[in-house]
Amino acid sequence: MKILVNEEAREVSTTTLAGLLDELGYGDARVATAVDGDFVPASRRGAHMLAEGARIEILAPMQGG
Amino acid sequence: MLFYGTELSSRLMLGTAQYPSPEILADAVRAARAGVVTVSLRRESAGLRAGQAFWSMIRDLGVPVLPNTAGCHTVKDAVTTAHMAREVFETDWIKLEVIGESDTLQPDMFALVEAARILSEEGFKVFPYMTEDLVGAERLLQAGCEVLMPWGAPIGSGKGLNNLFGLRALRAHFPDVPLVVDAGIGLPSHAAQAMELGYDAVLINTAVARAGDPAAMAAAFRLAVEAGQIARRADPMEERDMAVPSTPVLGRAVLA
Repeated sequence: MKILVNEEAREVSTTTLAGLLDELGYGDARVATAVDGDFVPASRRGAHMLAEGARIEILAPMQGG
Repeated sequence: MLFYGTELSSRLMLGTAQYPSPEILADAVRAARAGVVTVSLRRESAGLRAGQAFWSMIRDLGVPVLPNTAGCHTVKDAVTTAHMAREVFETDWIKLEVIGESDTLQPDMFALVEAARILSEEGFKVFPYMTEDLVGAERLLQAGCEVLMPWGAPIGSGKGLNNLFGLRALRAHFPDVPLVVDAGIGLPSHAAQAMELGYDAVLINTAVARAGDPAAMAAAFRLAVEAGQIARRADPMEERDMAVPSTPVLGRAVLA
């Protein structure tokens, strides 16, 4: 399935958001996720099915003002 | 003064961006004895994991964090970013930024009020980055904000307090609301001035991060904030247009 992760095209085999994080190697990293512009809490990543062409944002703590 | 029921250990809030290195950032936070540090969210690559290292450093500093919604231009962006920040940073505090104009990074007060209302209803403790607009301030309070953060000048400009009249009016209109000058402060004297006006805190980033010696500048800001705070409590004299001799005139010798 082709999806966009942080605006980068990816070909993945998984169908859930939790599976995607595993497949891409995020492991236990502290990140927040959004799919197609909507926040998906960590507790719902396992149940969140990804569709072809989904736009996923994976964000982490960063310096800010 | 309480910020959503919390007494801060210091009235200096420090941004964490633009430092030459993580070590210098940590030194600056310690030298500032910052009461709060601001943080943000950015895309994380699985390989680099830059965010994880940053987060563990911030946690080790032991200073409360205030996540921001920097870079958001719409209500939807800002609200979604706030949700993501709450999960990652495990706090319901959010520095709400909704930018309306790119050259000045001026807040969009209309979108800000709407986003503040949505987030307040969801239990967020919103710290809105705003202009010094009195009517906008009233709307933000009605939307549920219990703290206001007017700009001193555009973000990163270092111009200080551009509209003294407006900032003074805001203080006078809302004597019981915690007010923070956020953005535009370039020098410790600007921070002292904000505190002398009766502001409850200042938020500084670029002025410390871009100084030649950020830790030394952080210490200077700490002292300036403290000086301004003490001066405010000491009740400053009234300004006058004409000279008034300070040395007594009575008993002056006639020598001519």
